[in-house]
Amino acid sequence: MTVDLSYSENNVTPKDQNSLKESVIMPEPQLRSIAVEKAYRKGDLKIPVLRGIDQKVFEGDFLSIIGQSGSGKSTLLHLFGLLDHPDIGEIHLNGERIDDLPAKTRDQLRNHVFGFIFQFYHLLPELSLLENVMVPMMIRHSMWDFWKQKRKFKDQAKEIISKVGLDHRFTHKPSELSGGEMQRAAIARALVLKPKILLADEPTGNLDSKTGGEIIELLNTLNDLDKLTVVMVTHDEAIAKEAKNQVRIVEGRIERLATSKVGVA
Amino acid sequence: MYKALLCMRYLRSRYIALASIISVMLGVATMIVVNSVMSGFTTEMRDRIHGILSDVTVQYNSLSGDEDPEALIEQIRKVVGDDIYALTPTVDIPGMFMSKHYGEYRTQPVMLIGIDPKTKSQVGPWKEYLQSFQETEVDGKKVPPQRSMSEAAGFTLTKEAKAYRKRWIDQNASFQHYHAMNHDHEQVNPIKLKNPIQTVEGIKSEKSKVTTADSVETDSDVPNFEEDDPIEDSIPDSHLFDDLDKNKPVEAADPYELRDIQIIPGAGLTQYFIPDEKTGKLELVEIIKAGDDANIATPNSALPPELKSAAVSLVDIFKSGMSEYDSKLVFVNLKGLQKLRGMLLSTAADDEKGAITSVQIKLKDGADSDKVVAKLKAALPPVFYSVRTWEDQQMPLLSAVDIETTILNILLFLIIAVAGFGILAIFFMIVVEKTRDIGILKSLGASSNGVMSIFLAYGLALGVVGSGVGVVMGLLFVKYINVIEGWLTWVTGRKVFDERIYYFPEIPTSVSASMVIWVAVGAITISVLASILPARRASRLHPVQALRYE
Repeated sequence: MTVDLSYSENNVTPKDQNSLKESVIMPEPQLRSIAVEKAYRKGDLKIPVLRGIDQKVFEGDFLSIIGQSGSGKSTLLHLFGLLDHPDIGEIHLNGERIDDLPAKTRDQLRNHVFGFIFQFYHLLPELSLLENVMVPMMIRHSMWDFWKQKRKFKDQAKEIISKVGLDHRFTHKPSELSGGEMQRAAIARALVLKPKILLADEPTGNLDSKTGGEIIELLNTLNDLDKLTVVMVTHDEAIAKEAKNQVRIVEGRIERLATSKVGVA
Repeated sequence: MYKALLCMRYLRSRYIALASIISVMLGVATMIVVNSVMSGFTTEMRDRIHGILSDVTVQYNSLSGDEDPEALIEQIRKVVGDDIYALTPTVDIPGMFMSKHYGEYRTQPVMLIGIDPKTKSQVGPWKEYLQSFQETEVDGKKVPPQRSMSEAAGFTLTKEAKAYRKRWIDQNASFQHYHAMNHDHEQVNPIKLKNPIQTVEGIKSEKSKVTTADSVETDSDVPNFEEDDPIEDSIPDSHLFDDLDKNKPVEAADPYELRDIQIIPGAGLTQYFIPDEKTGKLELVEIIKAGDDANIATPNSALPPELKSAAVSLVDIFKSGMSEYDSKLVFVNLKGLQKLRGMLLSTAADDEKGAITSVQIKLKDGADSDKVVAKLKAALPPVFYSVRTWEDQQMPLLSAVDIETTILNILLFLIIAVAGFGILAIFFMIVVEKTRDIGILKSLGASSNGVMSIFLAYGLALGVVGSGVGVVMGLLFVKYINVIEGWLTWVTGRKVFDERIYYFPEIPTSVSASMVIWVAVGAITISVLASILPARRASRLHPVQALRYE
C-alpha cells in the first residue's frame, strides 16, 4: 500500500480525490473493518454481537447493511462512526487505523468525516431547525470563530436546508415538524459540514413507506450527485434494495448478497 | 458555542431550574439582610460604646483617686503626646441614686462619673446623647431639640427646665404656706400638681401626720432657710427626705438656683414605659426630669470609706441608646463629686484642684491605640494604673457579638449549601432527561469536556442569576427594612422591632460591599460545585448507550 493519507488533528481532509484515483492501482477502501468483534456484557453474561466482520466501503458507494433486530448491524455502524470501540479488530479510514486514536482526535473525525442520521432523528428539542443544523458548526468552531463567521455559517446551513427541501421551516422547533421533515432536518445536519461518509441507522424505520421512499431518494441523489459515501443500516429488504450494494449480517457475521459495482464509484 | 446556546436554552426551557434559582436567591438575600442588620447593630453598638468610653482610658487602681492628676496628665502627654487629640480627667465611682416616685423612694445602684463637660465633649460624642440636644417625640409629633448643637454642653438648665424648676418650687412654697395656714384644722387637701412626685406629696404628708403626728410641724412643713450645705447631710438623717420632698427652697438669696452638685442621669434611671390599657400604646412615665432635685450617695475617699450623700439637681438626661449605660451612668459635675467625696486637695490654694480616678484619652485619627496602650503601660507603674482601650473594656460583649455573627453566618451559609444540594439533585434529573441529547452531541463530534462544560456553565448561570436576583432583593429589603417592619407590625398587630428593647428608633443596617461580593461569589461557587458531579456523569455517558433507547 502506497497511499499516504494521514488524519492528523489539523489535516483531516483527504488529499484530492482525483490524484488518489490515479496513484493507486487497486482502489483503497475508504472505510474498512478488519476482523471486528464486539460483545456486550449483561451482568456476568457476555453476549457476542459481532463475530469477526471484514467489510470494505469504497468511496462513492451506497452500501446497505441488512439484518434482523439484534444482529449487530447498528453496532457495526457505531464502530464505523467511532461511537464505540471494537473488542478485537480494527477500523481503517483511507488505510489508516482510526479506532485506537485518542478521544480528542476521534471527536474531531466524527465532526469532520462522518455524518450520522438516526431512526429517531435525534434533533435537539430546545433548538430551532436552523440552530439544530448549525450545531455541528458550533461544535467545530470556537465561540469567537463562530461569531465572526456567523453569517457565512447561517447561509451555508440555509443552503443545505433548502437542498433537503425544508426552506420554509427555518425557525420551527423539531416538535413542530413531521417525521419526514425531521429526518430531512437530521440529514441536513449530517451534511452541513460536508462529510465524506454518511452513516444512516434505520433512516426510514419510523416513517411510512412513501416518506421513507422519499428519504432514500434523497440519499440516492446525494450519493449520485455529490459522490457521498453512504452506509445505511436497515431491516427492510425493500429499502435495502435501493442501495448500490447490500450485505446481510446474520448472527454477527457478514453474508454477501450482491457484489455488483463493488469498487466502482 | 453550542455550549452557551444549549445552556441558555436549558435555562429558559427547564422550569425546574427555576427552583434552584429561587433557592439560591433566597439564601443570598437572607444572608445579605441578616448580615446587614447584624453589622448595623454591631456598628451602632460599637459607636455608642465608643462614644461613652474614650479611645484609651488610664485608670487609677484605687477609688480614693490619684492626688496629683497634673503630674499624671503631664506624664501621659510626655509619652504619647503626639497621638493625643484630647484628654479629660474623670472621677468614676460606684454610688447610689435616689429619686422619689409615687411616694416611694427608689434607690438604684449607679456609676457616678465626675466629668468636666468641656473636655469630655472633646474626648468623644457625649453632648449628642443629652436629651436637650436631641429631637424628641411627644404624641407622635417631633419636637425640635431644646438646644442647638453649637451650644456648649454644661451643667446648666435649659429655659424650659428653668421654668419648670421655678414652677415647682413656687408651687411647693405656696403649698407650704397653705398647709401652714390650715394646720390647725388637721385636714389635708391633696393638691393636684403636675409632677407625679408632688401628686402624692399630700398622701405622704398625711401618712407622716398619722405616724408622727407630733413631729410634723417641725419636721417637714416648716421651710428651713438655714440649711444651705446639703453635702453635710448623710443618710439616716431625716433631712435627706426633706431635700427630696422639696419642701424647702434651696437658698435664701435665689430660691431657684441649682444645688452645688448637678447631675445628668441616664434615661433608664429617670423614666420608663408602661403600656396604655386601652390602646396598648406605650406611654412614657417620667420619674424625675431636668430641673428636679434628687439625691446621690457614694463612698468618700477616706480610709475606710464612709458613705456620703447629698441632694443634687438634675440638669439634663443622658440617653445614648445603650440600655446598659442609660440605666447605670450618672454624670456629675467634677467639682461637685470631688467635693462630695472629699477629694479636693486641701493644699491647693484656689481650692480648684482635686484628685481623679481616671483619664480618658481620645487619639488622633490613624493613631494605633494598641501602641499607645503599650507605651503608656511601660511608662506608668502597673501597681497604680491600668491602661485599656475601649475595646478591652467591652471585650466580652464585643467578642460575644462577633462570635454570634460568625455562627449565624455559618448557619446561613448552610442554607445556600442546601440550595446547592437542590441544584445537584435537579441537575442529575436534567442529565438523565438529556441523555439522548448528550449522545447526539457526541455523535456530532462534541468532546466529553464540551458536554461537561454545558452543565458547568448551566450551574454557573443558575448561580449568577440566583445570586444576582438575591443580591438585588437583599439590598432592597435592607433599604426598606423599616417600611417592611412597619408593614409586618400592621399585619401581625404586634411590634416586630421594639425600640424599647434596643433603643434604636429604626432598625440599623450597614451594607458592606465586600460582604455582598463574598456572599454572591460563595453562592456562585456552590452552584458550580454542585453541578460538577452531574456534569461529570453527563460527560462520561457512552454515546451508544445514550442513543440506544428511545
